[in-house]
Formats: sequence, C-alpha cells, structure tokens
Amino acid sequence: MSATVSSDRERAGTGIAVQNLRIGLTARPGVDVVDDIDLVLKPGEVVGLVGESGSGKTTVGTALLGYTRAGALIEKGKVLFEDKDVLGLPWQQVRQLRGEEIAYVPQDPAAALNPSIRIGKQIVELLELRGIGTPASRLQGARDGLAEVGLPNDDEFLRRYSHQLSGGQVQRVALAMAFLPKPKVLVLDEPTTGLDVTTQGMVLQTMGELCRSHGVAALYVTHDLAVISNIADRVAVMYAGQIAELGPRETIFGQPTHPYTRALLDSIPHLSQARALTGIPGRTPAPGARPDGCRFHDRCSYAIDECSAGVPELREVAPDHLVRCIRSEQIGHWDISRGTVPDSDPNQHREPILTLGDLKVFYGHTEVVHGVSFEVGKAEVVALVGESGSGKTTISRCVGGLHKEWTGSITFEGNELGKGSRSRSASDRKRVQYIFQNPYLSLNPRLTIEQIVRRPMELFGLASGKEATDRVVALLDQVALGPAVLRYQASRLSGGERQRVAIARALAAEPDLLVCDEITSALDVSVQGSIVALLEDLRQTRGISMLFVTHNLALVRSIASRVQILNAGNVVESGFVVDVMDRPQQEYTQRLLANSPRID
Amino acid sequence: MTAVSEPTPGPSPAPAPAEKSTLRRALDQKRFTVGLTITAIIVLLAVFGPLLAPHGQNEVVGPTFSSKGLFGTDYLGQDVLTRLLYGGRVILLISLFATLLGMVLGVLIGVVAAYAGGWWDEVIMRLNDVTLAFPQILLSLVVLTAVNQPRAWIIIILVGISHAPRVARLARGVALGIVSRDFVYAAEALGERRSRVILAEVLPNMSAPLLAEAGLRLTYSIGLVAALGFLGFSTDPNAANWGQMINENRLGLTIQTWAVLAPVLIIGLFTVGTNLMADGVAQVAQRGGGSE
Repeated sequence: MSATVSSDRERAGTGIAVQNLRIGLTARPGVDVVDDIDLVLKPGEVVGLVGESGSGKTTVGTALLGYTRAGALIEKGKVLFEDKDVLGLPWQQVRQLRGEEIAYVPQDPAAALNPSIRIGKQIVELLELRGIGTPASRLQGARDGLAEVGLPNDDEFLRRYSHQLSGGQVQRVALAMAFLPKPKVLVLDEPTTGLDVTTQGMVLQTMGELCRSHGVAALYVTHDLAVISNIADRVAVMYAGQIAELGPRETIFGQPTHPYTRALLDSIPHLSQARALTGIPGRTPAPGARPDGCRFHDRCSYAIDECSAGVPELREVAPDHLVRCIRSEQIGHWDISRGTVPDSDPNQHREPILTLGDLKVFYGHTEVVHGVSFEVGKAEVVALVGESGSGKTTISRCVGGLHKEWTGSITFEGNELGKGSRSRSASDRKRVQYIFQNPYLSLNPRLTIEQIVRRPMELFGLASGKEATDRVVALLDQVALGPAVLRYQASRLSGGERQRVAIARALAAEPDLLVCDEITSALDVSVQGSIVALLEDLRQTRGISMLFVTHNLALVRSIASRVQILNAGNVVESGFVVDVMDRPQQEYTQRLLANSPRID
Repeated sequence: MTAVSEPTPGPSPAPAPAEKSTLRRALDQKRFTVGLTITAIIVLLAVFGPLLAPHGQNEVVGPTFSSKGLFGTDYLGQDVLTRLLYGGRVILLISLFATLLGMVLGVLIGVVAAYAGGWWDEVIMRLNDVTLAFPQILLSLVVLTAVNQPRAWIIIILVGISHAPRVARLARGVALGIVSRDFVYAAEALGERRSRVILAEVLPNMSAPLLAEAGLRLTYSIGLVAALGFLGFSTDPNAANWGQMINENRLGLTIQTWAVLAPVLIIGLFTVGTNLMADGVAQVAQRGGGSE
C-alpha cells in the first residue's frame, strides 16, 4: 500500500493529501472514529467519499480543514497541503487557510447564510474579509461570482435576503461564495441533500464545471451513490471509519471488489431496469462497538475465520484500485444485472381497491391539488412521484384520513371514505394504514415497542393479553426484528429498525392498503434495500396494496407497477412504470428522468 | 448490558447500556442532589419539628425580644426556634396542594388548547392572557379580605387557581411541539379517542419540563402563602407560620434580628433547594430525556 500511496503523493502536486489519519474521542481513549485514512486529492479532480451514516465520512471531510467536532481529537496523521501539514499549523494560519485555500460547502447552506444580511452585501463582505479586490471592484466581483454559478446578478437579486431564494439558489450562492476566494481545495458535505432532482442536477453540473475549470481538488462527501457516480472521478467507499475501497469511478461501479461496496450497489435501485433490492444484514457499528479484524466481517457473506483475525491492509488489486479485503481475489466477479427482475406485466388483470375521483385538496383557501383521479388495484403498488410541493404527500394524507380539507371522492372497496379519520368507520381505519416518512418522529418515545405494536390490535379488538404479545413477536419477526426489542423504547433503535417497527404497527391492524409516505427517504441505502425487499414480500404473501409516495424515480422502478407523475398538484403523466420510464411522453417527465442521477 | 442478544433473523440491536430513568440521571447531577438534600432536610424539619421543639408554640418563655434560647424570643416572648419548628408544616402542605392544583388545572388548559388548535386555542389562550395581566397575589387578596377566618382549603384553591394561567402558557408551548409530531397523527389515524391521545401520547412526553415547572411553582406557592401570612391572612392567627412570623416580629427587627431573619432564611433556603432540583430536572430533560 505504501508504494502506491507515495507515488500518488508525488503526483499530487498542489492538491491535498491525507496521510495515516486517525481521529479518536477525547472521552474514550483507544476508540477511533476514523482510522488509517490515506487519501490524495489532485487539482481538477472530484473525489467522492461515500458511506452510510456513522461511517466517519464527514469527520474526514472536516479534517481537511483541520477541524474536528467537539469531543473528537486528531490523534495522528497529516493533512499535507502545499508541503505544509494543516494539522500542525498555528490556529492563525489555519484560519487563513480555511475559506481562502481550503473551502467548505455545508449540507444546509440556509443555515450558513446570515438571514438578516442581503445576498449582495454578504458576498461583498466575504471579499472584504479576504482582502480580495478593491472597494470599487468588489460589487462587480460579487456579480461575476453569481454569474459563474448561473444565478441572476442584477441589483434586484443582490438586494434579496436568503429566505427569498429557493433551496437550489441558496446552495448555488454558497457555492459562489466558496469559489470566490479561488480556493485550491473544496470540501462539499452532502451539498445537494434535500434538493429536488432537477435542482440537484443543476447544482451538480455547475459544481463539476467550476471544479474542473478552476483546477480545484474537491472532496464530495455523500451517502448517495447515484450522485457520486455522476460527479466523481475517483470514489472512496468508507465503512466504520476506514476506507474499504478506493478507485476510479468506472472501477468502483463496474468491478466493485470489496464485499461492502458490492452489497451497497446491490441495495440501490436503477432507473433503467427493475431490480430486486437487498439490504445488508445487521447495522453499522458505532465507534467503540466495531468488531476486531476486518470491520465488515460480521455482516459479510464472504467472511471466513481469518477475516476476524487481523485488520486487513488497503491493498492495490489493480492500478489505482485499492481494496481492504483479504479475499478480494477469491470472491469472484460482480455482475450489475444480478438483481434484475422483469418489470411488472402490464396486461395483468387488476381489481381496483382504492379509487380517487377528481380529488381537489385545499389548505385554507388555496387549492394545492387540482382534480387528481387514479386507482390502485388489489396487491398492486402504485407510486406517486413528484418534486417537493407537487402535492404527493398531501394526496397520501387525504387517503390516510390525516387531512380533511378536500373535495371529490376517495373510494375504498366501493365505500366512500370520510374526510378525516374520525369520520371513518373502524373497519376503514383498520384496513387503510399509513406509514410516515420519518421514523424518528412517528414512534412515541415514551412507549415500549411492544406497547406501540399491540395498540392497533387492542383498539380494533383483534387480540389482547397473551395472544396479542405472541402476535407482536410474530410481527416483529416478520419485519426481521428479534423479540429482544419488545421492552425497548424507540430511542434505542436505529432509523431502519424504527421504520420496521412502524411497518409492524401498520401490519398489526391487518390492513389491505398501506399508504407509504417516503418511508425510505430518511434511511441509509442498505436499509432502504431491506425495507423495499420486506414490502415486496408483504405484497406477495399477504396481497397488500400500496400507495407508495416517493421522489426517487429509480426506487419506483424496483417497487411499483404503475406510477403517477405529479407536478404542482396535477397528474402530468401516468401509466405502467416500464412505459413511463422507458418512453416518457411529457416534457416534465423527460426532464425529471434526465436530471435523476443514474448509476447505469 | 442486556442479556437478550440471542441471534435473531435480522438486525438485532447491539446490547446497549440499560436506559437510565430521568430520576436516575438527575441524581447523577450535583445540583440536583444538593437541592434534594436541602429540600428534604427542611421538609423533615417541618414535619417532625413539633416533636423536637423545646417549648410549646404558644408558651411564653421569657421577656419579649430577648436573646434567650438559640434564636431568642419574639414579640410575645415565645421561643423563636420553637415557632420555627412548628410553623413549617401548614405552610408546606398548603403550598404543595396549591401547586398540585395549579399544575393540574394549568396543564389541562394548556394541552387542550394546543391539541384542539384553531379557534379553541385562540379563545382559551386570549382569556388566559387576560388573567395573566393581574398580579398573582391579587385574586387571593380580593377573596381573603371578604372572608372572616380563611380555611386552608380556601388558600389552596386561591393560590392554585392563580398558578393555573401561568402553567397553562408553558404547557401549551411544550404541547405545541408534541401535538404536531407524527406519532400523534398516527394515533389520530388509528382513530384513538381524543382523551387517550392527550393522556397516553402527549402528556408522557411533557413530563420533564412539567416536573421542572412544578418545582418552580412550589417555590412561588411558598412565597405566596408566606406573603399572605405576612399580610395577616393565615388559617390560625395564634399558630406559628413562617410568613406570619416575619410580620409579627418586624417591629423588633433592630433589637432581635433573628426573630425575623430565621423564617426569612428558611424560606430562602427552601426556595434555593427546590429551584436547584427543578434546574437539575430541566437539564436532564434538555439532554433529550430519551426522546430524540
């Protein structure tokens, strides 16, 4: 490993190099957050740092600026920038470096811009602080910077406050401010998370162009493999504080060698083909709870005894392709099409279970959904897709009885459903179950998992006492949770586990229709994979129908048979997933598809 | 560590340290333990004080405002230490019940307003604001001046009611953040009764800030009851009462300072103790209380 790294370093020139970095916790000596990180960023190159939550990717990103969050401590290693070790510099010089030579774009730029200073003034202030230009030229500098990121730069725009910009515009202002001091290194920490695909597409394109034209070495930190595959030249996959695999983009996505990289790729959906998604069993270990030896061995399907014996080195298996796995030569090749399944059959007979007729939804006097009609068949998954503000969640809340201000009709098995849950019959409430987007909010933190899951049974008189407990255990088993969690409170579970509990609660009522509102968007991709696999299994074994709300078009391909594309409260296109995806008719759908990051 | 990590077919949660209750975590804090100790000592003194008292509470032991005994004698020549030991029981009991009443009423008003929302919220909270405009002691004064010999329950009700609007404001604020959480919507979608949603879903999540508020309210109650005693409104004019003692002996402030200072100090100490406890609970609650 040392040979390749040192030769990389020679070629790095004016880039930045991380050497043997280890960051620990001040409160728990001997426990590392990240360990043994070697990474070189060359000028004009975008390196993607991808990992799931808890992998330490953000910690590595901020370490490039010589920063660690409170409680963490850089124990050893160097960050070499222009022959200086950033970690060894006095703070005055580090402060000078930050923003000027090494810039940082945060995940939530709205929090980074001062809400009470106008955009133009904020950029001029930045130039003043950095001593760039003359007082006369700074305003023009601000205009040029905005133009570079494709924003308007007239006086009207400069006079705006940050809350008067859209999310994508704010992110591009943050990009402009990062690029204005002409930094040599740029750290981007999930800058497009929370943006719509169209906006994300534009921001990513702007960013890529700027990095390459300015010769900036960029580190793009994200959990989103699809984004990485669009923007990065090289990719580093992190797991449990170590780099598991590092290589050129084509290699990582074409011939992934580390079992973790393969498992990650197996759990993400593709736009171009339906795939049976799988998750990774177990959960990402927290610092201090990581296993000895290879940190992935307890979740790895290729693990042998030796894997738990020693920590594997990051080895070069092909030029520029490094893998931290002792069995990389023995585990064979990986095929992207392995998980492919046929798209659902368009000619299959369908019996409608849920029918929406001319649904118009209001918030106060504002109409937000303008006459939407569609139906969901028995044991069928229909996806509602759209960008934020398209009304997809609003429609699902009306179906779930959580929003009352609507006109039109929602018919469930021939019965008109009442507006709110309280005006519906117990049978209707039981048979239509709603699963929320955020599992961190949808479970009462004061109740135990058993209390949460058995409540619907008691409420609808399905079971009580010992029988109810047995059913709870059976349900938890079905969502792949052990009986150990019965007495836990939700705060002890990870996001994916919480979402499984939420699914178990919905199943406890023995529903015929599940309304799933973005239920995987708060979860890591490997967890998303296992949740999707669980839902597909439920559909097949129990014949449950689903209304699946999402913004992720690729996910739709793997889970739904039909899709409704929404824009500003109207259905712009609908039909079978395979037709809509492969032959989109409407310009809006085409634009959505074109902007969706894709892996294939 | 839990003993329940048998292999399960899917992700099984890693054994985590057993969850500590709010009380347990509060006890880990110095300020809470110190507060608890002070409060407990004073409560014990108030409850068992009459057994330890060297004299009877109305027994004349010497000349007025003399320095006989630990804290001297008062305006009638009664032993100040004895009166101090006798004078806590009633004031603490009245304060405790008044606080309980005020908390129950206030939480009820606040949570119902937050949960009902819309017009109900507006009407309830605007009426609440009107009552907040008056000083807290005013209601008690108005009613007590009309009553010949106030009973303990009258004082409890008056002080309790005057707490309610203040508690309601806080309870509504806390509840607003909870009623819009998804687990409350989930209960709604299942069609749970409204009373159950409030009792089982909303209230348990408010316990920590409400506990802290209850601690504060208790000190206010003591202050109020003592103030009423100072102004001459107490259940039995002859019985010892910390508040009343300050009033009775203020004329001798320059001659026999302890007769005034001792009740002042014990009320002050109790206030410090309960506030430290309330602070400790609030800090534990702020750190998540296992809810985030």
